Amino acid sequence: MIPKAFDYCRPKSLPEAILLLQQHGDAAKILSGGQSLIPMMKMRLAQPEYLIDINQISGLDYIKEEEGYLKIGALTREADLEASDLIRSKYPLILDTAFSIADPQVRNLATVGGNLAHGDPANDHPATMLALNAEVIATGPEGQRSIPIKDFFVSLFTTALLPNEILSEIRIPIPPTGSGGAYFKLERKVGDFATVGVAAQVTVDANGTCQQAGIGLTNVGGTPIKAKKAEEFLRGKALDDGNISQAASLAADDAHPSSDLRGPAEYKISMVRELTKRALTKALNRASQAH
Amino acid sequence: MTSKRAVDITVKVNGKEHSAAVEPRLLLVHFIREYLGLTGTHIGCDTTNCGACTVLLDGRAVKSCTLFAVQANGRELRTIEGVGNTSALHPLQEGFKEKHGLQCGFCTPGMIMSACALLEKKPHPTEEDIRWGISGNLCRCTGYQNIVKAVQYAAEKMSASAPQA
Repeated sequence: MIPKAFDYCRPKSLPEAILLLQQHGDAAKILSGGQSLIPMMKMRLAQPEYLIDINQISGLDYIKEEEGYLKIGALTREADLEASDLIRSKYPLILDTAFSIADPQVRNLATVGGNLAHGDPANDHPATMLALNAEVIATGPEGQRSIPIKDFFVSLFTTALLPNEILSEIRIPIPPTGSGGAYFKLERKVGDFATVGVAAQVTVDANGTCQQAGIGLTNVGGTPIKAKKAEEFLRGKALDDGNISQAASLAADDAHPSSDLRGPAEYKISMVRELTKRALTKALNRASQAH
Repeated sequence: MTSKRAVDITVKVNGKEHSAAVEPRLLLVHFIREYLGLTGTHIGCDTTNCGACTVLLDGRAVKSCTLFAVQANGRELRTIEGVGNTSALHPLQEGFKEKHGLQCGFCTPGMIMSACALLEKKPHPTEEDIRWGISGNLCRCTGYQNIVKAVQYAAEKMSASAPQA
C-alpha cells in the first residue's frame, strides 16, 4: 500500500520544527517513531501534505529523575524504557506497559511521545500515564506549557495539543515510598492492541491503608479512561479483597467499549473488572515490597 | 497526481554505500527490493504485523515496510544478504539448515534478522528469550519449534567460537 505523496522535512531543532508546523498548519504531521502514523498513511487514513521528521532533533530522548519528577523525553523509544535500569527498578508499571506494546521491532522505533500524542485509546501508555497523574509538556512558538494528563485526551485521535505544538516531554511526579503499580493487558495474541488494558498505581501507608490510587483503562472508549470513581473509593481504605473487588466494579462502570472483533462490549466490561482486580492486587504487592 | 520533490539519500547497505533520488513516500522495503535489487527482504503483510520485512537499521531490528527510505538517509542497513552466503553461512543460516527451521522460507530472512539482533543483545538466550525475540515475526509453516532450535544452535556455535573475555 502506497501513501499519498507528501513533502518531507527533517528539522535539526525543536524551534525549526515548530516553525514548520506554523507554516503548514493542518497540512503537516509530526513523524516520530511512525509506527502508528505510517500504517495509517499506507491505508490513506492519514494524508498529510508535509511530514516533519523530528528524529534528528537531539536532546529529546532521556529518562531521568529531577525536581521531584521522573522526566521522559518524547523521543525515548519503548526499547529504551525496557533497557533502563531506573525504569526497571523503580517504575515497574512503566516497564510492564512498554513491554506490552506491539513487538521488538516496533518497540525499537516507537516513542513514548508518539504513543501519547497520537490520541489512540488503543495505545497503552495513556492509561499508565493517567494512573500516574503525569503531565505532558507541550512546546510551541511561545515556549513550553504543562498539560495535566487528565485533560490531554480530548476525543478519538484528538489531544489537547495545539496545531503548532510538539509534545516534548512527559513528567511523572515521583511516587512516594510505599507505592507500586502494574499494567495488565488482555490481547488475542502477542503484539495485538488491547482487548482491554488496565493500569493501576497505588500508595499505601505502613498500616496498608490506601493513600492514593490511580487507575487507567485502555481501549474501552473513544479516549483512554481514568477510573475516577474507583480511585476515589479506594482512598483511605484498606486494599483488601472486598475493597479491591468493589473498586474493580466501579472501574468497569466507567468503561464504554464497542463490540468488535476483539469481543462483545459486555465481555470487555467483565474483563475490565477482572483486570482491575489483578492490577490492583499486583500494585499492592509491589507497594508492600517497596516499604 | 502531483509528485512531491524527490530527496537525495545515501544509505550504507551491507557495508556498501548507495545513493538515489527518491520520493519521500517510497517505503524502505521498496527501496531495498526495487532500487537495490535485494529481494531477500520480503513483504508479507504490509501492515506491520508479520515481520518478513525485518532488517537491521544501525543494528536495531525494524520492520522496513513501516519506514520511509528517506528516514534511512545517512544510516546503516543490514539485510539478509549481508548476513552470510552459500560459501560462508552465518551460524544462524547454518542453524536453520541443520534444524529444519524453515519450510516455505518466506518468513526466514525476517526471522534471521530478528534472531541476529537478539543474539547481539543476549548471546546466551533462554528459550523464552528466543520466543520473545522473534515475537514480531510470524511463521505459518513451522509452528516455531524448529526456529527456536535453529536459534539455539546458532547461539551455541557463536559463543563457542567467541573469544574468551
